[in-house]
Amino acid sequence: MRFVHEGDPRYGEPELLKGNEAICEGAIWAGCRFFFGYPITPQNQIPEMMSRRMPEVGGTFLQGESELASISMVFGAAAAGARAMTSSSSPGISLMQEGISYLAGAELPCVVVNVQRGGPGLGNIAGAQSDYLQAVQSGHGDMRIPVYAPGSVQEMYDLMGEAFETADRARSPVIVLADAMLGQMAEPMQRRIDEPPPPPPKPWALTGARGRPRNLLTSLYTIPDDLEAHNREIDARYQALATEICRAAEYRTEDADVLLVAYGVASRMCQTACDLLRDRGYAAGLLRPITLRPFPAERVVQLAERARLVLAVEMSMGQLVQDVRLAVLGRCPVELLGRPGGNYSTAPDVVAQVIHLLGG
Amino acid sequence: MAESVKVAYAAPECMIDQTMHYCPGCTHGIAARLVAETIDELGIRDRAIGISPVGCSVYLYDYIDCDFAQAAHGRAPAVATGLSRALPDCVVFTYQGDGDLASIGTAEIVHAASRNERMTVVFINNAVFGMTQGQSAPTTLLGQRTSTSPRGRQAKGEGYPLRVSEMLATLEGPTYVARAALGAPKYVTQAKRFMRRAFEAQVIHGGFGMLELLSSCPTYWGMTPAEAMRWLEEGMMAYYPVGEFVDRRDRETSGSVREGGEGLRVSDR
Repeated sequence: MRFVHEGDPRYGEPELLKGNEAICEGAIWAGCRFFFGYPITPQNQIPEMMSRRMPEVGGTFLQGESELASISMVFGAAAAGARAMTSSSSPGISLMQEGISYLAGAELPCVVVNVQRGGPGLGNIAGAQSDYLQAVQSGHGDMRIPVYAPGSVQEMYDLMGEAFETADRARSPVIVLADAMLGQMAEPMQRRIDEPPPPPPKPWALTGARGRPRNLLTSLYTIPDDLEAHNREIDARYQALATEICRAAEYRTEDADVLLVAYGVASRMCQTACDLLRDRGYAAGLLRPITLRPFPAERVVQLAERARLVLAVEMSMGQLVQDVRLAVLGRCPVELLGRPGGNYSTAPDVVAQVIHLLGG
Repeated sequence: MAESVKVAYAAPECMIDQTMHYCPGCTHGIAARLVAETIDELGIRDRAIGISPVGCSVYLYDYIDCDFAQAAHGRAPAVATGLSRALPDCVVFTYQGDGDLASIGTAEIVHAASRNERMTVVFINNAVFGMTQGQSAPTTLLGQRTSTSPRGRQAKGEGYPLRVSEMLATLEGPTYVARAALGAPKYVTQAKRFMRRAFEAQVIHGGFGMLELLSSCPTYWGMTPAEAMRWLEEGMMAYYPVGEFVDRRDRETSGSVREGGEGLRVSDR
């Protein structure tokens, strides 16, 4: 077996970790020392592990009285200039929308992990991707929040470092959008053994106005011109980073005229489906967005231009497909294979759908 | 002649020289001054961090010259918790109205007090939502007319006014909880004394201190400032007695959350 980072001196020996545990270790490597959260399945291993690990690394773990409080505690630690995070699952993330918006408004960095479960309402605890649209439009107000979508336990680990770095640079909350399957599955992964890059200076942090003018972190701008300028400033910071942080992975796309688009755990079924389709004579390839915001629209367009079929495969009722259609803008048909409720399409399901759509 | 002139009364040093936005007869100005005086007296301006909430209280950051964050409605104690844990050398205080603290933020204040979180809370109780134009609050008195209790608050259906300080006094956690009134000068003098203790509960004893201040809102009480001052004493103080409800400043500091590089330990009692 080959590992993603085999031979890379920055990484240690392979070890077996659950996705939720990899989130914790990735955050700790990135220098996160403040965790606030509230129990909810299927992400409970994260607060449980953090309650043990944070004191070990000189950090703070606190179980908040609710998700509303937990994300506001993150606001406080972030305002102090610390790297802080929380994690939850779909219903809890709904409650955190308030805090995410206030963090964005006060231009504060943090990382919010959503280990998605089935919805709406209490739904169930099976893996789902039904919070895609909520994630890419996190919080009320007119701002864009970067969203990372890991597809393996290794990426659950790796993307935490990227998420914290992006959060600091964008001065914005960053969402890591996983799901129950990724959180609960154990896979071999390698952790970093080098030092993380130092976080940027945070002259805006609240540390007491000693020897400097006081700092004020607020999302309140009563004059429309001021709020518009504030919105534009937040957007400019995001746009300046967008091209650089936008990421996607590809599988067998070099000559593909059947393009599958899927993220997270759904992409793994699609990868197998590409092999199965190629065995049957279809030139199938997969584009897997790793950032959902910014969405890798340009690459979708490049690959769609030579495709006779684009199929979005998702564990939801047609959310990712909206971004794909928006990117393609009618250049070719974009179809959807989506299953909600904690269900998913298997590789043979994907194969059958492609053959059906191509009239085979 | 000039040498003999002494300053008897001046603005606190940490107060920003600016016209306040508060209505005539509103006692927010007195409350803000008491906070500023206490910060000056304790010499903590350069390590003080204020948390402004949602409501008329939010503009405190325009009047006191120290670091400030503005929190979501009701969440100031949670934001203060994050700051307090991250900055063990700083002094963290919130300044919240009754809509903020006694309605939408009840969970946050109860749990911050229960954890004896290292912070000071200044709670402005004027029995009404001020900034949103006079709606009923959990602290609205029975019979009191507001824009959402036009027939006067009725116990049946709208419940009884919430006595937050007494409620928090049932908890083992908090170091200091008191209520004072921003009415006649003697009450303001008492409020000043309690304010100092609410800050000392944090600064000296490393715990949670809260001072509830009975406050006026003539605009949405539908009164003149003079009538409002009378109502503060006759209506508010009759239902909300002033006094100290919790004073555990002599409790061993091991009862409170400790800060440090090794995470947090809570006493084993």
